[in-house]
Amino acid sequence: MKYMKQFGIIILIALAGEFLEKLLPLPVPGSIYGLGIMLALLMSGLLKVEAVKESADFLIEIMPLMFIPAAVGLLDSYHELEGIFLPLAAVVAVTTVVVMAVTGKCAQSMIRKGKKDTDMTQKKG
Amino acid sequence: MEELIGKSLFFGVAVSVVGYEAGLWIKKRVKSPLCNPLFISIAFVMVMLGIFRVDYDDYYEGGKYLSYLLTPATVCLAVPLYQQMELLKKNWAAVITAIASGVFSSLATVFIMSKLFGFTHEQYVTLLPKSITTAIGMGVSEKLEGIVTVTVVVIIITGILGNVIAEGVFKLFRIQNPIAKGLALGTSAHAIGTAKAMELGEIEGAMSSLSIVVSGILTVAAAPLFAGLL
Repeated sequence: MKYMKQFGIIILIALAGEFLEKLLPLPVPGSIYGLGIMLALLMSGLLKVEAVKESADFLIEIMPLMFIPAAVGLLDSYHELEGIFLPLAAVVAVTTVVVMAVTGKCAQSMIRKGKKDTDMTQKKG
Repeated sequence: MEELIGKSLFFGVAVSVVGYEAGLWIKKRVKSPLCNPLFISIAFVMVMLGIFRVDYDDYYEGGKYLSYLLTPATVCLAVPLYQQMELLKKNWAAVITAIASGVFSSLATVFIMSKLFGFTHEQYVTLLPKSITTAIGMGVSEKLEGIVTVTVVVIIITGILGNVIAEGVFKLFRIQNPIAKGLALGTSAHAIGTAKAMELGEIEGAMSSLSIVVSGILTVAAAPLFAGLL
């Protein structure tokens, strides 16, 4: 009954997240509240990773599939973009590359710098 | 035939899964980052709907059960995040700074380009939340009085694009560190980028999951400030 219990726990947390979304006046979706609840439960030790692991791995693995229906639906929404399609496409393309490069470069240089510093102090010590 | 397929509840899920498997199969053989399984599967479903003349609404009757699993799947992103907690604690300053600079660059680039293209205030605020996860982005767009339906479309396109170009961008900008890759994917392309990060590895996936949450919250706070600029 391992999978039954694992799936049950995940669905219950998703439900709790949905409740929070309806009760709290913030623009935060239930899934994000649920992620927070799951993380809090794991970190507090109230929930062991083994109690959800396999089902969580499965859901994460098939996650790309879950975006296909909405993406295919873009076909039906082209009329909403009429007239501004080209500049919009330009904004999307440029911003995505810029954000990806800035975030990645920033993280990489800070991590490398941090590593060098600890290496140096270790050598000194 | 068309009636049979269009009214089948499992057609939507089946064609999506087959399309994704086909995408994985092609990616394995053609080792180009352009052969993206998500992109291939979307194109595959679109072509199949065209061939069998299935309405999107009929496809979605079955396909919606895939979308339905998105909330529990997002909840599960806490698991890899928890398993990488030590790594996160060790690098928290770099993580927070990188996500914050990503969010700032997103808002700033949208502002500069909107000004360049002469967008209206409404069009500008519609685009401001484009890099964050759909549900938070909808809330931001609504609050700033943008066009929510367009925001959703732009967010999804951003995610798919991020998923497709990530490996190329990492190569071009020599981003090799797995933490950096994960943060970059989650901050630029939210959950759809995170799906890619999960393919790259556990550290990438965990960092990308974290970025969805943090960049979403930062955008909620910072977007109203940017909204006043144009």
